[in-house]
Amino acid sequence: MRYFEDIRVGDADDIGQHTFAAEEIKSFAQRFDPQPFHVDEAAAARSHFGALCASGWHTAAVWMRLMVDHSRRAIEAQRARGEPVAAFGPALGFRDLKWLKPVYVGDTIAYRSEVVETRASTSRPGSGLLTIRSTGTNQNGDLVISFVSTTLIERRPEKT
Amino acid sequence: MTVESEAMPKYHWEDFKPGAVAVYGPRLVTREEIIAFASEFDPQPMHLDEAAASTTILGGLGASGWHTCSLLMRMICDGFILDSTSMGSPGIEEVRWLKPLRPGTTIRVRTTVLDTRASGSRPEMGLTKFMMEVLDDGDAIIASLTTTLLFRRRKPGAKP
Repeated sequence: MRYFEDIRVGDADDIGQHTFAAEEIKSFAQRFDPQPFHVDEAAAARSHFGALCASGWHTAAVWMRLMVDHSRRAIEAQRARGEPVAAFGPALGFRDLKWLKPVYVGDTIAYRSEVVETRASTSRPGSGLLTIRSTGTNQNGDLVISFVSTTLIERRPEKT
Repeated sequence: MTVESEAMPKYHWEDFKPGAVAVYGPRLVTREEIIAFASEFDPQPMHLDEAAASTTILGGLGASGWHTCSLLMRMICDGFILDSTSMGSPGIEEVRWLKPLRPGTTIRVRTTVLDTRASGSRPEMGLTKFMMEVLDDGDAIIASLTTTLLFRRRKPGAKP
């Protein structure tokens, strides 16, 4: 993870992709969102979705998992090069989360996150606020999820 | 003739009136489920391990914010969604994670109807905007979100 000062608006990362299988869609939904169109193929076929589809929270949670794995790889690469690693997190929340299309069984979602704003934190002088827009796009090129989140990230320490 | 085997849900779009407040739960959140969710979707130290979490900004083990949201979803499913004409949700306007969700906390969800309107394009559907808050044992707000849910109408196309 780079320091706040080294991050630019427009910086973007492809963070990974995931194919949603029926069993995991149902497993997540049975625990957290057991609406018929997320847990039962026959009921989903009768619903306005027309087929079993993932809970929107599942689509978002998979972004989080891929982001954690992506960040870990980036940090390991920085350490291997002998570079300092900036501390970051946690997120303060998110906004403008849109579930634009259903994620159906077998869909492969490619996730991407892009820096949309950077600004200094007034309450934490050692940190900056990093705002990113994250998206998921299916195999047909359709956007299925989009949201904007803000995270604290360490500023480059002053040289003494 | 069609056979409708499913019972008529109790709640339609017409049943959500601006200003209406409801509370759902309680639900005890265990250490085991916090770690299980984080292991699957958000494997960061602050969500996985007490010792590692104690040195992070959370100051101790706390649930992933996505877990908090997923628990909220489950509690409103059990509270009213599963007995409603829910058609899902186009998204979340904003989520704020205000306070860590610690192991052993008993949470409740408080919903407030902010606004309700008929769909302009789909006469069978209405939109209801809610504020939803996750509360801890002492009524402190752990997370707060605003979201719009879609419901089938009892009387499609009728003036609300």
